[in-house]
Amino acid sequence: MSPTATTLLEMRSITKTFPGVTALAEVNLAVREGEIHAICGENGAGKSTLMKVLSGVHPHGSYTGDIVYRGEQVRFGDIRASEQAGIVIIHQELALVPGMSITENLFLGNEPRRRGAIDWKTAQRRAVELMEEVGLREDPDTLIKDIGVGKQQLVEIAKAFAKDVKLLILDEPTAALNEDDSQHLLDLLRGFRERGVTSIIISHKLNEIEAVADTITILRDGRTIESLDVRADGVNEDRIVRGMVGRELDSRFPDHTPDIGEVFFEVRDWTVRHPSSDERLVCKGSEFHVRRGEIVGFAGLMGAGRTELAMSLFGRSYGTWLSGQVFKDGEEIQLKTVSDAIRHGLAYVSEDRKSIGLNLLDDIKTSMVAAKLSKIARRRVIDPVREHQVAEEYRQSLRIKTPGVDEGVVKLSGGNQQKVVLAKWMFTDPDLLILDEPTRGIDVGAKFEIYGIIQRLVAQGKGVIVISSELPELIGLCDRIYTVFEGTITGDVARADAEPELLMKQMTATKKSPTP
Amino acid sequence: MSRITDLQKNLFGGTASNARQFGMISTLVAIVLLFQIWTDGLTLTSGNLIAVVSQYSYILILAIGMLMVIVAGHIDLSVGSVAAFTGIVVAKAMEEYSLPWPLGIVLGLLVGVLIGAWQGFWVAYIGVPAFIVTLAGMLLFRGGNQYIGNADTVPVPEGFRKIGAGFLPEVGPDTGYNNLTLLLGAAACAGVVWREWKARQTRREMNADVAPLWVTGIRLAVMLGVIVFATLRFAGGRIGTSLPISGIILIVLVIAYSHYTRNTIGGRHIYAVGGNARAAELSGVKLKRVNFLVMMNMSVLAALAGMIFVARSSASGPQDGLSWELDAIAAVFIGGAAVSGGLGTVSGSIVGGLVMALLNNGLQLEGVGSDMVQIIKGLVLLLAVAFDVYNKSQGRFSIIGTLTRPFRRDDPAEPAAPPAPASDADKAKVAG
Repeated sequence: MSPTATTLLEMRSITKTFPGVTALAEVNLAVREGEIHAICGENGAGKSTLMKVLSGVHPHGSYTGDIVYRGEQVRFGDIRASEQAGIVIIHQELALVPGMSITENLFLGNEPRRRGAIDWKTAQRRAVELMEEVGLREDPDTLIKDIGVGKQQLVEIAKAFAKDVKLLILDEPTAALNEDDSQHLLDLLRGFRERGVTSIIISHKLNEIEAVADTITILRDGRTIESLDVRADGVNEDRIVRGMVGRELDSRFPDHTPDIGEVFFEVRDWTVRHPSSDERLVCKGSEFHVRRGEIVGFAGLMGAGRTELAMSLFGRSYGTWLSGQVFKDGEEIQLKTVSDAIRHGLAYVSEDRKSIGLNLLDDIKTSMVAAKLSKIARRRVIDPVREHQVAEEYRQSLRIKTPGVDEGVVKLSGGNQQKVVLAKWMFTDPDLLILDEPTRGIDVGAKFEIYGIIQRLVAQGKGVIVISSELPELIGLCDRIYTVFEGTITGDVARADAEPELLMKQMTATKKSPTP
Repeated sequence: MSRITDLQKNLFGGTASNARQFGMISTLVAIVLLFQIWTDGLTLTSGNLIAVVSQYSYILILAIGMLMVIVAGHIDLSVGSVAAFTGIVVAKAMEEYSLPWPLGIVLGLLVGVLIGAWQGFWVAYIGVPAFIVTLAGMLLFRGGNQYIGNADTVPVPEGFRKIGAGFLPEVGPDTGYNNLTLLLGAAACAGVVWREWKARQTRREMNADVAPLWVTGIRLAVMLGVIVFATLRFAGGRIGTSLPISGIILIVLVIAYSHYTRNTIGGRHIYAVGGNARAAELSGVKLKRVNFLVMMNMSVLAALAGMIFVARSSASGPQDGLSWELDAIAAVFIGGAAVSGGLGTVSGSIVGGLVMALLNNGLQLEGVGSDMVQIIKGLVLLLAVAFDVYNKSQGRFSIIGTLTRPFRRDDPAEPAAPPAPASDADKAKVAG
């Protein structure tokens, strides 16, 4: 640590235990004034717990150790106390009211008052100033639900500034953002640094951390592993990964020799209208095909229509179908309902496993068999023994970390939940699996395992479609990549030609490029 | 792990909803004992038990249907009116068109199907919230009852009264008890033993831990004890009385619907829809059909309950079924169903309904006025649900968790403790 800058925050030997488990053991964290400090670690390494200790969610007394902030020992009893001291956390799930305007959200719980009533004039004026600060150009009366996630994120940050923030903590700020919005956010953080605002950023996107952070603290298993000075120590992504997992990852993708067969799935002239807007088409005459044993990627910016394409294929679960045919093994098939799609061997693993992929009230075994109950039932009565056996098999073959298949899925980590969803769809014996953002919010180790599962599936002769917003993932995993721009498929790129620059160009261009 | 948690797991299974059920059963036992002492033994006499069953069986029948409606994430406010409407239609048909009573029952069920299809159509296919559809239904069918019956009572014939006020006949040798009720009791005992044995078998096939024999023994002893006691009470009443016919209808329905909701694909789909409708839809569940059937089924059961009530009071009137919906909904929530859907069991709702029924009955025996009875019932509903909500917020494990917390050093391995570091260590091992 450079001695020139003063230390803004120091957390010393923080230990926090929950009944039966030690979440944090003697963790140390030192943040200098005016830097961007990244905290890295796999899911469950203790990052969030540490931030909850700092912000008073876990109040003073529920942990041991000291927090020294601006030279004084602090004891926060709740979030309000830490916010008063200028420490503001922005969580992954944004805390905005969708039906309220930007201004109303900015001052929610913090409204400027005049003679007992809300002073809207001052609020409006301050709102414009705050939006300027974060580079958000919108009418302050716009409702939150009418702006994109990227802009919502900016509103959250502006809200922090309304509270006179000294230390801004961002938990996975770019997880839901597309490339452009992420870049804008990172630039914003750099701007804050110049103005002397200190930030702590928690992220799984190591390339962003490498690009923006001054110091990186790595946690593993609730312990501080190391603190790296990005410039002095010459840190790169591999170095961070090594610290996080305690070993070098030779490759972030498992070895895989493709064994590609015939075209077995083909979509022609697929056109779908947006569910609520008459003019907007979310798929415009899309045509593509998948071969047996092939991993096909769909690259595109957020809102390009990839999820919409997948869901409209999967039993017309999105929008209004206008035209298009689907062929499987040379014969046209009708996919009017989800049951049709499942019967014809399609599986769709949604991008949002918590809100539409899983019933969070279910236990693991119930979730795994949910999409094809008839397989374990006799005369519509479910056989509990078969159910248990099936779940046990998947638990072992997918290495799901759980004491038993009777546990609720809600208790699992993101990676293990994703494996349960994969098992659920593998159980339907699909020929084509469509995986929408299969590794979102999952840590490095679990990602590697998911890639392995995908490769095992294609090795069995199935086809897999992967929709992902992370180009390196698509390039590393897929045999072929389609690029999508505003509902149109703009390119079909073979593995050998898949370069980020080329893909990015096609993801932002309307003209269909000749297929190589 | 503490012995108490162990024991509780063995006796009731380890899940939170089972713990909740255990709590409800304890409450029920406590209420029974309290009133038994307070009324100097009046509560558990044959006469009173028979009265309780015939007086509350229709509410419990409603609770079965309501449980499924609430699990699917809806509500039905119209059941009282639907019951009253069916009652008057059936009574009129038998009185004025001299329809034979067995056909009257068929007619009643048909009316239930039609009303159910009407309400199910609006809820499932048009997408009007069930709260609104059934609020409208509540007015519609109450008005319908008074329109058809000219706001007057219509008597029903003798044969029809059997389903509400009838008893099993006296047959066979004079044992001093109602022989058919004794037979039923024996069958119930055999059924319980068979089920327990089957459950052990299933656990063994799953390679899961089978509870020690003594635990099974205790469970069986308790259950058999309750059944034998109840059988002797119901069989040993006044000559000519037995377990009421309405009680038998109720028991058949409870067994059938428990099986349906727990073990069949259709039952699973109801829980899936209530837990996460979109996820269920994307898993191939026919959302509209499930919603339609659940709403329809409720109306059919309401029609049945209405007929039983009319049979018991031997006439259909304009005030029949007033505020039944509230009793049924209360029973379901006291029995552990979640307000947001997806959780709850038929047996839990029945226990919840029995808690309300015995509370009502006990207070009435003590001569407590209906004003106080309502106040007490309201508080019980609020406290039961509040207790559960509070326990959930304290980490999912319900009543038992709270009782045993002071004795517990180490958190049991499986419940909701933050799984963080342990699972991480595993991860590193596996990946490396």
